[in-house]
Amino acid sequence: MENTIICRCSDVTLLRVRQLIADGYTSMDEIKRITRLGMGSCQGKTCSLLIMRELAAAGFPPATQTPQTTRPPAVGVKLELIAKEAENNEKQR
Amino acid sequence: MRNSADVVIIGGGISGCSVAYNLAKKGVKNIVVLEKRFICGGSTGACGAGVRMQWGTEMNCLFSKYSIEFFEHANETLEYDGDIEFKQKGYLLIADTDREIEQFKKNIEVQHACGIPSRMVSLDEARSIVPHLNTSILKGAAFCEKDGFLNPFHTTDAYYRAARRLGVEFLHPVTVIGLTTSGGRISGVVTDKGVIHTNCVINAAGGASKQICDMVGISVPVISERHQILVTEPVEPMQEPMVMSFGLNLYVQQSPHGSFIMGRGCDAEPRDGRVTSSHEFLSEMAKTITRTLPPIGKLRVVRQWAGLYNITPDRQPIYEKSADVNGFYMCIGFSGHGFMFGPVTGVVMSEMILGETPTIDASKLSLGRFGRGEMVFEPSVV
Repeated sequence: MENTIICRCSDVTLLRVRQLIADGYTSMDEIKRITRLGMGSCQGKTCSLLIMRELAAAGFPPATQTPQTTRPPAVGVKLELIAKEAENNEKQR
Repeated sequence: MRNSADVVIIGGGISGCSVAYNLAKKGVKNIVVLEKRFICGGSTGACGAGVRMQWGTEMNCLFSKYSIEFFEHANETLEYDGDIEFKQKGYLLIADTDREIEQFKKNIEVQHACGIPSRMVSLDEARSIVPHLNTSILKGAAFCEKDGFLNPFHTTDAYYRAARRLGVEFLHPVTVIGLTTSGGRISGVVTDKGVIHTNCVINAAGGASKQICDMVGISVPVISERHQILVTEPVEPMQEPMVMSFGLNLYVQQSPHGSFIMGRGCDAEPRDGRVTSSHEFLSEMAKTITRTLPPIGKLRVVRQWAGLYNITPDRQPIYEKSADVNGFYMCIGFSGHGFMFGPVTGVVMSEMILGETPTIDASKLSLGRFGRGEMVFEPSVV
């Protein structure tokens, strides 16, 4: 359990997640804020279902959970490309 | 849910947790903190994480100096088994106009009078501190090596856990829907989970602070304006200090785990409480960062988010013991700086509630200053 990585972006182990749930951090949002789980490049696409399963096993099923807020962008984009596109749009206006 | 308490604190951000901890440490029992979402789920959890002493008003200088000295030992003081990750790598304030340079010089005089080690730096020195800075668009800079940034989640968690060990009860999700009074005194808090009878309520509700004041008929001159932030993919360490500019409208830091976190403000941002994301922010932020610190433009943005600045007319907080409603207190209107003033808020409010001699004089920050026109305007806010 201590060697099972449940969040590959932020290196969070299954043991850490279970310890936090036992300590009263009983939602995806609370665990996320302590561990950075779900804040990496996958934005929780990999780990959130695993966390929901852990929470359900501890007595906090998905029906009682508020899903974490999904934020843009959908995939990582280079800032300079966004800047260039914004400048192009301004020129066309 | 319990139906009575000696003290009810509304808001589970840094302010509410710090007030709860300080009151409990002074021996107050039966303290309850009510939080609408979860601990650190509001503006504290969405903030830019910086703490600086480079301000333009004496009060802000002294408050942030107190906070920084607290943060330096917070892991030990709060007996935290995690780490608040306080990195004192400085704030480099950059300016692209002569007018702003003059403001920096005025601010530094105020800072030096408060014992803050800030100084003007040449563009060459600025580039030696932050090598990827595009100094061709700048006129000058100021630097304070004791400024820095820390993890808002862990810092709030440290206060939360310390308060919990001292017996404070945290209830969430609980939404306050009304306050009751009897004979000019607070008598209870009505929530969506039931009523709590109490004679002492502290409004630490951040973005919802005005709505809480409205519940007892107190009008406060605060607005809640959306402010947005974005974060990039993590990379190798390349920038030590926070870089900030009021004129260019920008702050950016590289967090300890390698990502760059950056934000800016905009007068056109909505003030209706929403914390959604906009593409306008993404575009403007991308343009500003690419121009000012070009290598950061090569990084991918992975997420943007938003929080609320609870803004007062002079952009300084309101620390108030209500004269109209006995037992009603407020620590609100932090104007985007509630996180860095968290340690001060807990001390000021706990002393005010217990009628102790203040260790930090915040009397100029009472609500009455707006009616009397005694505002102390802070010039240096992003």
